[in-house]
Amino acid sequence: MAERADQLFVFILHWLVGFLPATWRPAVAVVLCVASIIVVFGFLFALAVLMERKGLGRMQNRYGPNRVGVFGILQPLADAVKSLTKEDIVPFRSDAVVHFLAPVLLVITVFMGFAVLPVGRNMVLVNLDSSLLFFFAMGASTELAIFMAGWSSRNKYSLLGAMRAVAQMISYEVPLLLSSVVIVMMTGSLSLVKMVDAQNHYTWGLPHWFVFTPWGFAAFLMFLIASTAETNRTPFDLPEGESEIIAGYFTEYSGFKFALFFLGEYVGMFGIAGLGTTLFLGGWSAPFAFLSWVPSWIWFFAKVELWICLFIWLRGTLPRLRQDQLMNFAWKFVLPMTILNLVVAAVWRFMGEGLPRWLVCSAVVVIAYVAMSRVGLRRKQIGPRSYRYAE
Amino acid sequence: MLGEGILKGLVETARNFAGSYFSKDRLTTVEYPEQRIPQVEAARVFPFLVYDGTDWAAGLRCVACQICEKECPPKCIYIEKSTDKKPDYVGKMQIYPARFDIDVSVCMSCQICVEVCPFEAIKMDTEFELATDDRFAGLLLDKSRLAKSNEYYYTIHPTEAAEVDARLAEEKAKVEAKAKAAAEAAAAKAAAKAAAEAPATAPASADAAQPVQAPSVKTPEGGKTAGGEQ
Repeated sequence: MAERADQLFVFILHWLVGFLPATWRPAVAVVLCVASIIVVFGFLFALAVLMERKGLGRMQNRYGPNRVGVFGILQPLADAVKSLTKEDIVPFRSDAVVHFLAPVLLVITVFMGFAVLPVGRNMVLVNLDSSLLFFFAMGASTELAIFMAGWSSRNKYSLLGAMRAVAQMISYEVPLLLSSVVIVMMTGSLSLVKMVDAQNHYTWGLPHWFVFTPWGFAAFLMFLIASTAETNRTPFDLPEGESEIIAGYFTEYSGFKFALFFLGEYVGMFGIAGLGTTLFLGGWSAPFAFLSWVPSWIWFFAKVELWICLFIWLRGTLPRLRQDQLMNFAWKFVLPMTILNLVVAAVWRFMGEGLPRWLVCSAVVVIAYVAMSRVGLRRKQIGPRSYRYAE
Repeated sequence: MLGEGILKGLVETARNFAGSYFSKDRLTTVEYPEQRIPQVEAARVFPFLVYDGTDWAAGLRCVACQICEKECPPKCIYIEKSTDKKPDYVGKMQIYPARFDIDVSVCMSCQICVEVCPFEAIKMDTEFELATDDRFAGLLLDKSRLAKSNEYYYTIHPTEAAEVDARLAEEKAKVEAKAKAAAEAAAAKAAAKAAAEAPATAPASADAAQPVQAPSVKTPEGGKTAGGEQ
C-alpha cells in the first residue's frame, strides 16, 4: 500500500501511456511529465505568493490579504486575472524583440532545471549523469534573460538593475557551485539521483543527510546564502531595490510579461530550494526511518516548502545590503569558507570512520567561521574626519 | 560573532508572526468597510450648509452674501441670489441663495469658506464617502444635498456647535434687547409727546428726540457688526 502511494504518479503515467502505440510512448510520457511539472510548480507558485504575503503581513503585525475567498486564499487567482487583463506596454524606443524574449527565456530556463530534479523515488524526468552541471548551466542562463530585459528596455533603472543582478549572480554563482562540489566529492557523482541515494539510509533510525556532517552543515549554510543571492531575494534584492531603482530590470514590464518575471523568480526559488533539498536534506527521503512509509514526493515538496518558508522568514527579517557589503560578503567570506570546506571534506573522506574526524572537521569549520568573520569582514576603523584648510 | 544579529532578528519576527495569531492587540489594522473608528471632532472633509428647524429650505442660515464664493481659493462655490426675501433667525428679512452649488471634485477642504462666513451658515462635514460613479452631476452638490440640520452639526462637532449656538443666542438676545429698548424709547417718546402737548419747551423735545432716533438707525447696523464679530 505504501509502495503504491509512493509510486502513484509513476503508475498513472504508465497506465496513461499504455493506451498508445509503442512508438509514441516515450514522447507522450515526456510531454505528460513536463505538463505536470509546469502545473505543479505553477500551483506552488500561487501557494508561495499567498504564503509570502500572509506571512510577511503577520511578521509586520498586519493581516495580509484576507478579502478574496475565505482568509484570502483566492488572492493568487485575483492577482493572475489582474496580470492577464492589464495592458502590455512596450516602450517606444525599446528593442521590442529582445524585450519580448527576455521573460520567455527566463521562464524556460528556470523550468528546465526541474528536468533533472528528482521529486520522488523514480520520479525524475531526465536521469542525467551530470544533472548537477545541467542544473547550474540552466541557473546561470537566467542571468542572460535578466540582462536582456535590462538592456532592451532602454531605461537607466532597468540597465542599472540588470548590471547589479549580473554582478551579484556571477559573484554568488561561484560559492554556490563550490558549496555543492563537496557533495560531489563525497558521492563521487554529478547525478542528483545518486546523491539522494547516498543520503537515503539510516543509522538508529536517523538519516545520513549531508547537512548533519560538519562539512555538510557549513556547505548548507553557504549554499543557503548563495541561493538567496542567486534568486535575488532579500537581503540580496539589490537588483530590484524598489527604493533605489524602481523595480530594477523589470521596471519597463507590465501585464503578463511582468507576471512571467514574477513567476520566473518564484519558480527559480523552487528550483534552488529543490536542489538544496536534494544536496543537503536528503531529497525525497524521510527524516526518520519509521516515517519511510509516507510517499517520497510528499517529503520532497514538504522540504521545498520549508525552504521557501525560510526564505520568507529571512525576507521579513533582514534589510537590504549595500552593493559593497554584498560583494565583500561574497568574495571575502563566503568564497573562502567554501574553498576551505573542500579541504575539510577531503580530510573527512580520508580520516576514516570514527569520532576523531568529527572533532577535527567541526573544529576546523567553527574556527574558520569565527576567524573569517573577524578577519574577512573587518572594517577599517576610521576616526572622525578632520579637515585642514589652506591658510 | 557573525550571524548573531540575524538570529536575534529571526527570533523577533517569529515572535511577531506567532504573536499576531494569539494577541489581538498586536494587529492595529482597522478593517475599514466593516470596522470604523469614530471620527475625531476636528475632522473636516467637505462643507455643508446649516439650517435651523425642520424645513431645510426655510431654515437655511445662508443669506447669499457671496463672501465664501469670492474667498474660495479653487472657486468651487457657485451662488445665485434670490429676488425675494425670507426672515432669518432673528426675524429680519434677508435674501437667500436661489442656487448654492459646491463641486466636490474641486473643493480642497481648506475651510476658508467656514472662516469667512459671518452668518455661521457654512460648516465642515466629516462625511468622507463622497465617491460616486456619476462624475459630473454626482459631484456637483446643490443646496438640497448640502443642507444639513443644526442637530447633525451637533453630532459631528459638539463643542464647536455649542459655541456657535451660544453666540447666535447672544446675538439674538442683543437684538431683542435693542428692539425692546427701542419699543420702550418709543413708548417714552409717546409719553413725552403727550406730556409735551401742554408745556412745549425746546430742550425737552431735543432730549426726547435723541433716544428715539438712535434705535431706528442702529438696528440694522447692529446686525452687521454682530456678523462681523463672528
